[in-house]
Amino acid sequence: MSDPTNPSFRQRPLDSFFQQLVNGLALGSVYALIALGYTMVYGVLRFINFAHADVLMLGAFSAYFLSPAVGLVLPLPGIAGSLVVMLISAAICAGVGILIEIFAYRPLRGRPKLTVLITAIGVSLLIEYACQHRAVFGAATRPFPTLFRERNLDLFGVTISSNDLVVVLVTALLLTGMWFIVHRTRVGIAMRAVSFNPQAAALMGININRVISFTFGLGSALAAVAGILYAMKAPGIEPLMGIHPGLRAFVAAVLGGIGNLPGASLGGLLLGLLETFAGGIPGLSNYRDAIAFSILILILLFKPAGLLGKSSVEKV
Amino acid sequence: MLEISGLEVSYGAIRALHGVSVRVPDKAIVTLIGANGAGKSTLLRTVSGLAKATAGTVRYDGEDITGLPPHAIVARGLCHVPEGRMVFANLTVAENLRMGAYLRRDSAGVAADLDYCFETFPRLKERISQSAGTLSGGEQQMLAIARAIMGKPRCLMLDEPSLGIAPILVRNIFKQIVAINRDRGITVLLVEQNANLALKISSYGYVLETGRVIRENDSLALRNDPSVREAYLGG
Ligand SMILES: Nc1ncnc2c1ncn2[C@@H]1O[C@H](COP(=O)(O)OP(=O)(O)OP(=O)(O)O)[C@@H](O)[C@H]1O
Ligand SMILES: [Mg+2]
Repeated sequence: MSDPTNPSFRQRPLDSFFQQLVNGLALGSVYALIALGYTMVYGVLRFINFAHADVLMLGAFSAYFLSPAVGLVLPLPGIAGSLVVMLISAAICAGVGILIEIFAYRPLRGRPKLTVLITAIGVSLLIEYACQHRAVFGAATRPFPTLFRERNLDLFGVTISSNDLVVVLVTALLLTGMWFIVHRTRVGIAMRAVSFNPQAAALMGININRVISFTFGLGSALAAVAGILYAMKAPGIEPLMGIHPGLRAFVAAVLGGIGNLPGASLGGLLLGLLETFAGGIPGLSNYRDAIAFSILILILLFKPAGLLGKSSVEKV
Repeated sequence: MLEISGLEVSYGAIRALHGVSVRVPDKAIVTLIGANGAGKSTLLRTVSGLAKATAGTVRYDGEDITGLPPHAIVARGLCHVPEGRMVFANLTVAENLRMGAYLRRDSAGVAADLDYCFETFPRLKERISQSAGTLSGGEQQMLAIARAIMGKPRCLMLDEPSLGIAPILVRNIFKQIVAINRDRGITVLLVEQNANLALKISSYGYVLETGRVIRENDSLALRNDPSVREAYLGG
């Protein structure tokens, strides 16, 4: 099996169930982080921000260009240095996400959703092709710098890659942080209020535009980290690298129930696991997407609102 | 305190308000009655910034607030409880109340007002961590009013607080509106289908018909006005 877009997550010898499980969780973690961005933006604005996948790519490229500089100050590969790279990349992408909303989507507020959706596709293509230009990143694949030195860890007799562990841990940390923001902070509760009814939220004194900016910033920051985690295991990075995980994450968000945050995380993890295990079935590994997506379609046939979507009573 | 003059509002080609003027004096309860589609909600929505006026002005505390965004108007202490309550069904009762106090920084004052709300509507305290979507219609109305109180408004605009509520509860809600006005000195602009009750608790009233004020007077006088009685008070 050689899939040029995404071979990395499954190329290790698939010797045990637990290794598969860890692989699947790692892949699913990345999907979950991206899916959160899709679902949050859908929650407040009711459209799919297709440019989200490209923000992920920009996150990976930010890390690519930042690493040498950060490496001068902090040891890289190394945990502290990597975290700094991730933080700065997340901040850069948060800014990019906020700017995309302000310049591309805000002028279309109140217009038909289809208009906004097509604009989102336009923004996505614009970023992808602009970045492929020689003067920007160029179309060639570049090797991604090593952030964490990869080691094989022996956990209860199962050999797992330390990088998989890093991916899962970072994701767990971010998901917990997200839960805290959305349920415990003023701006997080405001986000859910806006998602339920923007006009009523405005009547509380909530500045809708500020909450929307915050949502884009937060989602884009998560995408940046996801892009870096994805790149850590990919053979390299290039301007179209976001398309594959972006599409999966979008499906994950729908699977979980679009607009529903726990749903997006669950959908991401599930999709990652399905894909990994389907790819591990001997002789069927080339059909892993077909198998994974058939299962998805089945789930959606029985739960059209998604796994945790409460048929529009509770959004987000 | 609130002075609306010559307000005109259109939805596309439909003109909903044709130059409406309404005055709400400080600490008063003023009622706005009118048939379905008269433009009552449109008037409140325009004052709170949800709808845009094509002509006319809204002055609050002597300041022109016409066309300001809703959050800027709330920040001045002018709160609007919209028709149909619009509680956040996906948030808990506690979170709804917290959103009501969104702009406030005085946590001691917020805590005190929370106590006041629970005293006024004990039902809400029992349901504090329940999601608001699971409350009954009457409880949601209480929550909507309590949420507005949490914003520490100086002027409160209520759009049909009795809508879809059992008669026995309606009396209770009206009693609370009077209490809020009396105890906290909150000015109230009340839009009501239940014209009889509304005119009983208010000092002044306006009658709106197809986007125009066709009558205004002291509430008592309006209640005794034969044409008002016939059209809005059931004879
Ligand atoms: N969003 C809208 N788009 C188009 N027309 C609207 C809209 N909202 C209200 N209207 C129209 O404006 C007019 C006034 O409506 P409004 O909701 O202000 O009436 P109301 O007096 O509050 O009625 P009710 O007692 O039924 O609540 C109506 O003719 C209505 O059809
Ligand atoms: Mg109305």
